[in-house]
Amino acid sequence: MNKLPELIFNESKEGKIGYSFSETEFPDDIISLDDQYRRDGQNLEDFPQLSEVEIVRHYTNLSHLNHSVDSGFYPLGSCTMKYNPKINEAIAGWEEFSAHPYAPLKLVQGNLEIMNTLEKWLKDVTGMAGFTLTPAAGAHGEFTGIKIIRAHLAAKGNPRKIILIPDSAHGTNPASAHFSGYEVKEIPSNENGILDVASLEAHLNEDVAALMMTNPNTLGVFERNIVEISQALHKNGSLLYMDGANMNAFMGIVKPGDLGVDVLHLNLHKTFSTPHGGGGPGSGPVGVTEELLPHLPVPVISKQGDLYHAAYFNKGLGRVKNFYGNFLIMVRALVYLMSIGKENLRKVAEDAVLNANYIRKNLENDLDLPYKFKSLHEVVFSDKGLNVKTLDIAKRLLDFGIHPFTVYFPLIVHGAMMIEPTETESKETLDIFIRTMKTILKEAAEDPAKLQNAPYSTPVRRLDEVLAARQLALKWEKKQE
Amino acid sequence: MRYFPLTDSDREEMRKCLGIKDTRELFSDIPQDKAYYPLDHIPPAVPEDRLLETFKEIAKKNKFSEYLSFLGGGAYRHFIPEVVNHLSGKGEFVTPYTPYQPEVSQGSLQAMFEYQTMMAMLTGMDVSNASLYDGGTAAAEAALLVARKARKKNTILIARNLHPEYIEIIETYLRDLVELKIQYVDFERTTGTVNLEDLNKKVCDDCAGLLFQSPNFFGGVEDSQKISDILHGKDALSVQVVAEAMSLPFLKPAGQMGVDIVVGEAQSFGLPLGYGGPYLGFMTAKKDFVRQMPGRIVGETLDVEGKRGYVLTLSTREQHIKREKATSNICSNEAWCALRAGMYLATMGKTGLLKIAKSNHLNAAYFVKEIKKFPHVTVKYPKNFFNEIVLEINNMTVDDFTAKLEAKGILLGVPLKWFHKDYEKAVLVNFTEVHKKKDIDRLINAIGELK
Amino acid sequence: MSANVKDLKFTKEHEWVKTEGEIAIIGISDYAQKELGDVVYVELPAVGDSIEKGDACANIESVKAVSDIYSPVTGEIVEVNEFLAGKPETINKDPYGAGWVFKIRMDDSGELNTLMNAAAYEEYLKGILEEK
Repeated sequence: MNKLPELIFNESKEGKIGYSFSETEFPDDIISLDDQYRRDGQNLEDFPQLSEVEIVRHYTNLSHLNHSVDSGFYPLGSCTMKYNPKINEAIAGWEEFSAHPYAPLKLVQGNLEIMNTLEKWLKDVTGMAGFTLTPAAGAHGEFTGIKIIRAHLAAKGNPRKIILIPDSAHGTNPASAHFSGYEVKEIPSNENGILDVASLEAHLNEDVAALMMTNPNTLGVFERNIVEISQALHKNGSLLYMDGANMNAFMGIVKPGDLGVDVLHLNLHKTFSTPHGGGGPGSGPVGVTEELLPHLPVPVISKQGDLYHAAYFNKGLGRVKNFYGNFLIMVRALVYLMSIGKENLRKVAEDAVLNANYIRKNLENDLDLPYKFKSLHEVVFSDKGLNVKTLDIAKRLLDFGIHPFTVYFPLIVHGAMMIEPTETESKETLDIFIRTMKTILKEAAEDPAKLQNAPYSTPVRRLDEVLAARQLALKWEKKQE
Repeated sequence: MRYFPLTDSDREEMRKCLGIKDTRELFSDIPQDKAYYPLDHIPPAVPEDRLLETFKEIAKKNKFSEYLSFLGGGAYRHFIPEVVNHLSGKGEFVTPYTPYQPEVSQGSLQAMFEYQTMMAMLTGMDVSNASLYDGGTAAAEAALLVARKARKKNTILIARNLHPEYIEIIETYLRDLVELKIQYVDFERTTGTVNLEDLNKKVCDDCAGLLFQSPNFFGGVEDSQKISDILHGKDALSVQVVAEAMSLPFLKPAGQMGVDIVVGEAQSFGLPLGYGGPYLGFMTAKKDFVRQMPGRIVGETLDVEGKRGYVLTLSTREQHIKREKATSNICSNEAWCALRAGMYLATMGKTGLLKIAKSNHLNAAYFVKEIKKFPHVTVKYPKNFFNEIVLEINNMTVDDFTAKLEAKGILLGVPLKWFHKDYEKAVLVNFTEVHKKKDIDRLINAIGELK
Repeated sequence: MSANVKDLKFTKEHEWVKTEGEIAIIGISDYAQKELGDVVYVELPAVGDSIEKGDACANIESVKAVSDIYSPVTGEIVEVNEFLAGKPETINKDPYGAGWVFKIRMDDSGELNTLMNAAAYEEYLKGILEEK
């Protein structure tokens, strides 16, 4: 059990076959390629050769080494590790949806209907005037959204130079702004961890293109000044970009569009239950106001009479990704919204917030809570006053079969522990987590070394990241005989 | 609702613990005049049985699968062994996130490490990252990488016979970065391949590098060695883009032809057409470039007991540490697609890959040989292709021709007039191992009937 | 080479400078290497690069952090410590000696006058530690 499989290259043996497929019906003499371009197995000498059963065991054994949502609690803050419904996966796997992206539109009306419907429903949830579904992930959505802002401002005469970003933001925000050609200026959040209008106004000038704000922010706190912030920005000719990574906190409860947001992105792999896949594929749709609609990237899908249409070329921002984006992820999101339905949409947010607050309440006497404002879907504690580090607590949690919270983020909290349970966890699970945390904190007080050397029961123990970075081994190398 | 494990009595108990009467009190920071708005479009919850019916109805509106398709152009239908679907569908692979806690993520990490190794072998390169979004964005990331690496050089050369969508994406990515300039290198109208004379003319002291595609958008194999030599003569980098990864096992590896970086689309390795996504961007390179690479990279190390294990490494390149100075803004990538690609490659194995890749080429070669008998169509570049060719229609418009074939249940290919105004008469036709001789004969006969 | 700490000058960003005629040798302080943790990589400038005072011209990486090195003077890079490429941990082991980073030919050695001497730097560090 939990044994580390050999690397697949070491399990390989000349002559084994893992596939079965018809032999070609044509002779080699019709090959139409000059010899200089041909490969005769060069560099593939050590490519794997295994039988089917060995392939199955290799990957099955690997799968046992992973913690996943399907196997246990995964309160990784800001990632919304909710349950990924199996019906989503099944339907997205149907052959009928797997058309070629250049198929004539009349042969893929079902696919276009799916995208059009999803867009309509996302508008319902956000109050935005239109969406592009093309971006492949949250950061890709940010990039697209900032580009849209730039195109809009440029069309009005001046793209401006600066994007303001609060110090609590995800690293993707400054990176996305930078790759859109903007200079990034960080602005501090106040003593309550949110942005106040006065501190924003101190940074506003004619060079400011937009503010990128995560709401609720990375502390899980609702940016209560958002309406005034939006007004101050608009007065300055600047726009408000909302990072919707934390949309699970108020989906169905308030529409960002009603709060003065001009552009936002959603993460279908967070809020809308599509799986995280070990790090993608995700999908990061971007919603905009009426005014910005002309700058959406291609393709743009619409319904004309009874038929769905896709404007595929030469519009707005241009192209940010091949074809229509991560279509099969959109299918999953639509299945989810249909399963959840109007009456449960708010319950998602309500239960997510109730769960997070229950954890907060039950641990706030055990851990330092640096920001006391009301929090929504996640809670952030610090390691202040403890005689171990956040990382040690995280590693010890692994021994109890619980995936740790997000560690050391947001950067404004010392030794941050960012806990997001989501709505798909039972009270029993939360109680176990709370009890486990208390046990670990007691251990920390009595025997800190126990935590500092954890984990003990995982397939491997603490790994040497310094060694990995100093002596780079990024692929398998054949052992010299 | 089956996705909510809390019962009403749980909720009641939890509210009591929090000292509130109504869960809504937790949302009191939200402007109350705007909260709890009506939802206009989203329908009431649909139970699972009716959900299946609803989606069956939608699925029926897609007719694509009833056709014999020769569509390619960056998205290819290849055979996928059932073990790939089975194994990649395991919840332990589908439902974790980025392996931030390596002690409980060795499954994903080792699989990524194996994927990196196989991609490096296939391209003849030293290092591979763990994935990018798709071929087009991978090409754009490569353009940015080249500019970073070359430091003071600001011109990026792009071959005009790159996939037109990739060019559009690169343009979008580079447009607002004022210091970078794009210059285009033309292709020969007679062969469809990069015009080396034009490349010689355009390559300059300010050139950071060239992105060219092989097989190019027209399906033709480029002389990567000659192209790389010209570039290196001016100290510029050679980036080969690959939109059809199935060509890799069949063609001489880029690493042996002077290429510095290979990027592209690996959808062909175990991912369904999926109406265009999710697909798999890849990037491999000579080891000098590793610190400038975008995306996750997995490395081998040891645990405290000396046991072999894997971690995400070189993280200082990434946005969560370097923020705006990172090599890319990418966070979530296409990890699960890379996992599938690794499974696909391991399952096909050395023997299978070489055979399947060759049969792609043979199918196209058979068509090229046979179609010569009809004067009303011409294969524009009949030599040195992989699995895709340009067919010119001489006796009617492309629209009429493809419509007539469509009426016979055949999708001929991608009309090139969508992308190039000089290609009014041309269609890009793709053959893969899923086509049997009888399918190709059916296409040839149908074309013959349109004299 | 090994420097006597007392002879060095320091910047607020925790670089040290040792002068040998018109050449300034630059590295990071013991405090800086401790803050950074195990150094895994050093990105060096190119010999011949012209550097303005305040330019970030090298950076030092640990597993989870990156620290820029800002040149305290204007001038031309004349030598870089290639040894660090293979043994980056030298910065942890001997920050004031074998862990030097680059040498620069100064345009104006007067720029050094604004830097702290060893005693002033020690005071400066005390201030930082108190704040923590």
